Amino acid sequence: MSVGKGRKILYVDPDLCTGCEVCESVCSFAHDGAYNPMNTRITRVRIEPVTNIAIGCQTCSDAACIGACPQKAITKKEPENFLIINENKCDGCGFCIRACPFGAITLHTKTNKAISCDLCTTTEYKEPQCVECCPKEAIRVAHLVEVSEDKRIVAVKKLMENLGKTL
Amino acid sequence: MKGYTGKVARINLATGDIKREEISEEFCRNWIGGYGMGIKVVWDEVPAGCDPLSPDNVLVFNIGPFPGTILPTSSKYGVFAKSPLTGLFGMAISSGSVGAQMRRAGWNMVILEKKAPEPVYIMFDNDDIQIQPCSETLWGKKDSWETEEWIRHHYHDERIGVSSIGKAGEIMVRIACLTNDRNRQAGRTGMGAVMGSKNVKALAFRGTNSVEVAHPKEFYKKGKELIKISMGPVTIKYRDLGTPVNVLEFQKLGILPTRNFQSGVFEHAFDVSGEKMAETWVVKKAACSQCPIGCDHLVYIKDGPYKGAVASVDYECSFSVGSNCGIWDMPAITRAIELCDRHTIDGISAGVCVSFAMEAFENNVLTPEQVGYDLKFGDGDAMVRFIEDICLGRTEAGKIIGLGSRGAANYLGQNSMHYAMQVKGLEMPGYVVRGIKTAALGFAVAIRGGCHLRNGAYQFDIKGDFDRFTQDKPEERVKKIINMENDYALIDSYIICKFTRGIYKNGVDEQAEVYSMVTGIDVTGDDLRTRGAAIHNLAKCYNLREGATKADDYLPERDYTDPLPEGPSEGQYIDRDLYTVMLDAYYSERGWDSDGVPTQETLDKYGLSSFVNLDDLHPIEERRYMPCL
Repeated sequence: MSVGKGRKILYVDPDLCTGCEVCESVCSFAHDGAYNPMNTRITRVRIEPVTNIAIGCQTCSDAACIGACPQKAITKKEPENFLIINENKCDGCGFCIRACPFGAITLHTKTNKAISCDLCTTTEYKEPQCVECCPKEAIRVAHLVEVSEDKRIVAVKKLMENLGKTL
Repeated sequence: MKGYTGKVARINLATGDIKREEISEEFCRNWIGGYGMGIKVVWDEVPAGCDPLSPDNVLVFNIGPFPGTILPTSSKYGVFAKSPLTGLFGMAISSGSVGAQMRRAGWNMVILEKKAPEPVYIMFDNDDIQIQPCSETLWGKKDSWETEEWIRHHYHDERIGVSSIGKAGEIMVRIACLTNDRNRQAGRTGMGAVMGSKNVKALAFRGTNSVEVAHPKEFYKKGKELIKISMGPVTIKYRDLGTPVNVLEFQKLGILPTRNFQSGVFEHAFDVSGEKMAETWVVKKAACSQCPIGCDHLVYIKDGPYKGAVASVDYECSFSVGSNCGIWDMPAITRAIELCDRHTIDGISAGVCVSFAMEAFENNVLTPEQVGYDLKFGDGDAMVRFIEDICLGRTEAGKIIGLGSRGAANYLGQNSMHYAMQVKGLEMPGYVVRGIKTAALGFAVAIRGGCHLRNGAYQFDIKGDFDRFTQDKPEERVKKIINMENDYALIDSYIICKFTRGIYKNGVDEQAEVYSMVTGIDVTGDDLRTRGAAIHNLAKCYNLREGATKADDYLPERDYTDPLPEGPSEGQYIDRDLYTVMLDAYYSERGWDSDGVPTQETLDKYGLSSFVNLDDLHPIEERRYMPCL
């Protein structure tokens, strides 16, 4: 759990991710009551032979999807910065999908409306289900500053180990 | 009913005719899925005594009720037919993405009949089925990894589940398997050869439908609990060092197959161990769909003659092409496994066939002219080369050994059957059973041939339930084996992975609850256990119908005659008379007569008598199929 307000992202550690697709399953169930990786807000990407990661909305500061939407259906939920897609306005044209550099928006197979990660705030579970269920604990919700801090700590630990300066 | 899709695609490959059929709730309740439905269809539809590589054989793909849900390790599918390796019931189970995609595409079962007039692959795009010719694109041109990639690119969907064969399947090498998601194989009993005999290169599934369960909230809670348990101590072995942790454990017990099972200890065991792999070789751990464990320990070779080799290295392969061939050269082992997976031969059978060939070569039974080079224990380069010779059928020795170790021994003669390490024609897995006497029986009675996965009897020896060196307490031992065998028949029917068998604190009773939550069909643990026994009995009936005899429930000759020469199990061998006592106890406890034939009473008890005639189980003519050139 992270403290403080401001922009948050779903951060997935590619070293831990095994590509098991559990995040997709629980995401679709939390939102729809059925399991379907087509209707998920976090998507597992596998590039053979060794790359596995899951990708969701990166909560861009200047989000291209918002500008691209002809219906003005996309807004941001502050302060976390994730997207709110107005289902009444969205007509499924897919411009947001084309604009998103991360492939983080998809069209729901049944409603034909755009869907994107809302950190499970619209579900009865309130907390992100992928974070709770990831068997490798590879997913977390974090401020970007926390991600960079984690990276620094890992890097420095490794450096100190290599230098033989750890206890 | 939920969970099941209830839909069957019956494809006549000769005519291209596709029938869409339904299965009833009663059929689902009785045969569960996987193994259960597989044996029922094979019993009903494969003509008695048929040549497994002829168009009359039927190739069944199926799933159980769980794929596509969050039940841990649920994305599994099974492949069933009469085996061209054993001549008996053929079954192989794989995981990866195929089970889940097949479920979302809406198919419970696919039945392939006859033979296509030209090479094809079959695309299941949800309800739409296309039989696509592929002699110009895939057949003879692409291995399994490339086929999968080609199909995914062709349809522009990286998530398509593809189960395919490489060259070994195409030319019907008897130990050929199917590969999907690169590292997952429907490995054993030659199912890839059956697919090749039907001129089918691949089955591809693209499913975009949602999966609903009967009791969504209850199951979601339960599924999350089971995922959490899967992250704990019951699966640590598979997650941490992976199954290669067995190498040093089995070395300590003196049961690590070495040089074609001549010894149970390997002087270079550490070099092929899980510990060494983690330290030096593993670059990534990967998982099948819906698996919290992630047992695929991917090894990537960065330099040297096998630079670029990549494979998921598990215990069964690190023993089979490793210690069992006297090899500790991990880059060569990795390359050999990659070749098995790409060209599609079963990694266990492959290694044990190579070790058989090495011993035959050293005994001058297999000649340098037949092989083309020196094939000696410990020579990694020769092993890799020979694996490819088997896959591609490119030398005389490669063709002979491609019959499997029993077929090769039949062909070569000169007492080589003595060291063909197989039961019923299927090569033994990585346990020297001379040092684990409960497993000795468990592996030999296993329904598909030499196999550790039909009853897991080794655990009773390793955990110390029985004295692993003596052959005492036959009644107690067989009771344990039979209970486990029935439970495993269920696990293979659901189908879930045996690596998660430990997450159900209340075993089958708890699995019954999960089954009911998903399907809405009310069952109890006792109902299921009865079905497990019924499924196993039907498979036994099938083997008998195809000509299996009591002799098929005995171990390789070496286990009776060659005491282990060294190590913690030194001096151990199987006493044949005491073994027969235990085998008779097993038959009796199963409700079978002294030849291993189920009695009428047993058939009645499990509801099999409506379609199994006792007379069918005693074929008058010699009916057993044997692989030959």
